[in-house]
Amino acid sequence: MCFLHAYLKYAILRHPYSETKEQHSETNMTDLNGRQEAVRNAIASLKDKPGALLPILHSVQDTIGYIPADSIPDIARALNLSRAEVHGVISFYHYFRDTPPGKHTLHVCRAESCQAMGSKQLESHIKNRLGIDYHETTADGKFSLEPVYCLGLCARSPSLQIDDAVYGRVTEERFDAIVNELEASL
Amino acid sequence: MSITVYVPNDSCAVAMGADQVAAAISEQARNRGLEIDIVRNGSRGLYWLEPMIEVATPAGRVAYGPVQKNDVEGLFEADFLNGGAHALHLGLTEEMDYFKRQQRLTFARVGITDPISLDDYIKHDGYRGLKNALAMNSADIVKHVTDSGLRGRGGAAFPTGIKWNTVLNTPADQKYIICNADEGDSGTFSDRMIMEGDPFVLVEGMTIAGLGVGATQGYIYLRVEYPHAEKMLNAAIAAAYEAGYLGDNILGSGHAFHLEVRIGAGAYVCGEETSLMESLEGKRGLVRFKPPLPAISGLFGKPTVVNNVISLASVPIILDKGGDYYRDFGMGRSRGTLPIQLSGNIKRPGLVESAFGLTLRELLYDFGGGSASGRPIRAVQVGGPLGSYMPESQFDTPLDYEAFSAIWAVLGHGGIVAFDDTVNIAEMARYSMEFCAIESCGKCTPCRIGSTRGTEVMDAIIKGDNLNKNIPLLRDLCDTLLNGSLCALGGMTPYPVLSALNHFPEDFGAQDKANAA
Repeated sequence: MCFLHAYLKYAILRHPYSETKEQHSETNMTDLNGRQEAVRNAIASLKDKPGALLPILHSVQDTIGYIPADSIPDIARALNLSRAEVHGVISFYHYFRDTPPGKHTLHVCRAESCQAMGSKQLESHIKNRLGIDYHETTADGKFSLEPVYCLGLCARSPSLQIDDAVYGRVTEERFDAIVNELEASL
Repeated sequence: MSITVYVPNDSCAVAMGADQVAAAISEQARNRGLEIDIVRNGSRGLYWLEPMIEVATPAGRVAYGPVQKNDVEGLFEADFLNGGAHALHLGLTEEMDYFKRQQRLTFARVGITDPISLDDYIKHDGYRGLKNALAMNSADIVKHVTDSGLRGRGGAAFPTGIKWNTVLNTPADQKYIICNADEGDSGTFSDRMIMEGDPFVLVEGMTIAGLGVGATQGYIYLRVEYPHAEKMLNAAIAAAYEAGYLGDNILGSGHAFHLEVRIGAGAYVCGEETSLMESLEGKRGLVRFKPPLPAISGLFGKPTVVNNVISLASVPIILDKGGDYYRDFGMGRSRGTLPIQLSGNIKRPGLVESAFGLTLRELLYDFGGGSASGRPIRAVQVGGPLGSYMPESQFDTPLDYEAFSAIWAVLGHGGIVAFDDTVNIAEMARYSMEFCAIESCGKCTPCRIGSTRGTEVMDAIIKGDNLNKNIPLLRDLCDTLLNGSLCALGGMTPYPVLSALNHFPEDFGAQDKANAA
C-alpha cells in the first residue's frame, strides 16, 4: 500500500500535465488568455457533435498552432473523458502536436513515389539546410520539419508542403529559393 | 462575348504554379482590355503537362501546357484565346492520345466542369442517378449496385452491393454511410482528384447509398493532408443543402440525408475501416476485432456502410445508366472501370481511367512513356505501400483483381509507382517495415513488434550480416505478420517485403553469397 502510494505520488509528479504551470510561467498573460479563449470556443462550439474530440483538437491546433497541455483538463471535463484518454488521442495521431511549431512548418513526403524521384537526397539536403531532423524546430523558431507519408502529389514527385502551400517536382535549388524567400519575409 | 479559360485548381496543378498562372492570365487580360472568364476546373489528369490550361473555342477546348506564369504574356501574343499556335500548344484536349484512349465513367466530369458549380454539375448529367434512385425502393437501388459488379475500390475489392444489402437488412433506428477518404497509399491520388475536381459526384453517390440502405447521416472521413479537397467538399455540400439535394427532405421526397466532412490526423491505419470508425468516434485509431462486421455493428454500434471515395463516386453513373451498363466494362470478375494512377519514375504520370484488362506494360509504356530518367524500368509497386514489387517479367499481367492475386500481387486502389534501375529494392523492403512500425496502431503483437524487428533484420541483411540466418528469419517473421496480424497493415506488409526478396534477390546479398561460394 505504501509502495502504491509512493508510486502514485511519483506518477503525479512525473505526469506531463503537472509541469504545465512551470512550463508556461514565462508566457505572458495575453497569450495565456488567448489560448484559453480558443480552447473554450472550440469546446463550446463542437462538444455536442457525435465523436467531438478530434474536431475539438483540430480547432485548438488550427487556432493556437498546437495543443497546449493545460487545455487537456478542460477538454476532458467537457467530454466526460479522463485526461489520460485525451492525452492518448493526441499522442496517437502524428498530426497533433503538444509543442508550439516554428513560424513555418515543412512537411516532406517520404513515400515511395517521391523516393523513386530522388526524395532521399532532397531530404538530406533539407535537413542540412535547416540544421534539424524530423520532429524538430530550428533554434530561431522559424521552421519545423515533419515527415509526411504521401501528399497525393505523386504525379509530380518529389513533393513537399510548407504551411498551406504545396510544391511539386522540388529540386534542391527550388527548395533553397523557397526557403530563402520565406526567411526574407520573416 | 467573353472567352472561357480553364486553369486547374487541382492541388497537384497548384503545386506546379497554377495559381500564379491564373493570376497572370487575369492581369494580362485586364491590361489588354479583354473580357475573359477564368474557370478553375479539376485536372484532366495529364500531370506532366500541368499546369495545363484550356481555352474554349468553337472547335472544342484547346490545351496549352505546361504553362508557367512567364509564358502567359507570350500566350496572349500568340492569340491563345483563339487557339493560336504556340510552343506549348497541345491541340484539342479531347483529341490527345492519352485522354482519347481512356474510358471515363467515374471521372466523366473531372477537368471539364467547374467543380463547385451545382449548375455545371447538373448540366453535365449530374444528379440523374439520384433522381432515378428517388423513384425506386431501397432493394432496387441495392440491386442495381449488385448487378453492376462494383467491388470496393479502396483495395479490398469486396462487392459493394453485398455490403449494402447487409446494412439494408439489418434493422436499426440509425444507420450511417461513411466515405473512407483517408487516401494514404503512396502513388494514389484518384480520390483526391475526384474530391477536388468533381465533389458533387461523391455527395450524390453517398446520398444514393443513404437511400439504398436507409441511412440518414453520412460522414466523409478525409485525411488532413488534403486541405484543398476539404474546401471543395464543403463548398459542394453547402450548395447541395442550399438546393435541397441534402437535408431533411431531399428534393421533396420525404427522405433525409445529412453529410459532414470529418478530418483525420495523419494516421495511416485510420484508412482501415474499423480504425477509421474509432477515430470518428473520437478515440485512438485502434483496429477493432471483426466480427461484428461494420455493416451490422459499425459507427457508434450502428449498421454502417464504409466505402472508398471511388466506389461511392461510381454509384451515380450506375444508377443513371443501370447496373448492366457498368458491368459491360471490364474482364472476369473485375467489372466496370478502374481509375489507374501512374507515378514515380515515369515520363507521363497521370490518371488513366479504363476498363479492367489493360496490362502493366501498356500502362507503363504506351501511356506512361517509360521512365522519366530514360533508364529501364526495373520494378513497379502496385497497390500502395502494402502492394508487391513486380519485376519486368510480370509486366504483361492484366489489371484484374484475380490475375494479380494469382501471382501474389495486389491491385489495390490502382496506384502504380515505377522505379528505374537505380533503385535498391532491399532498401525499399526496409522502408516497408519501417513504415509499418511507424504506422502500426499497436493493438496486435505481430504488427507492433514484428515491424520493428523486421526493420532490424532488414538492416542486418543490407549490411550483409549472416545472410544464411537472417533471410530465413525475415521469411519467418513475414509469415507471422501475414497470418497473425489483426488487419491489413501488418497482414500485408509482407507483400512488398517478400515480393522484393523473391523477385530481386540480387539486392539482398544473393550476389555476394554467390561470389563467396
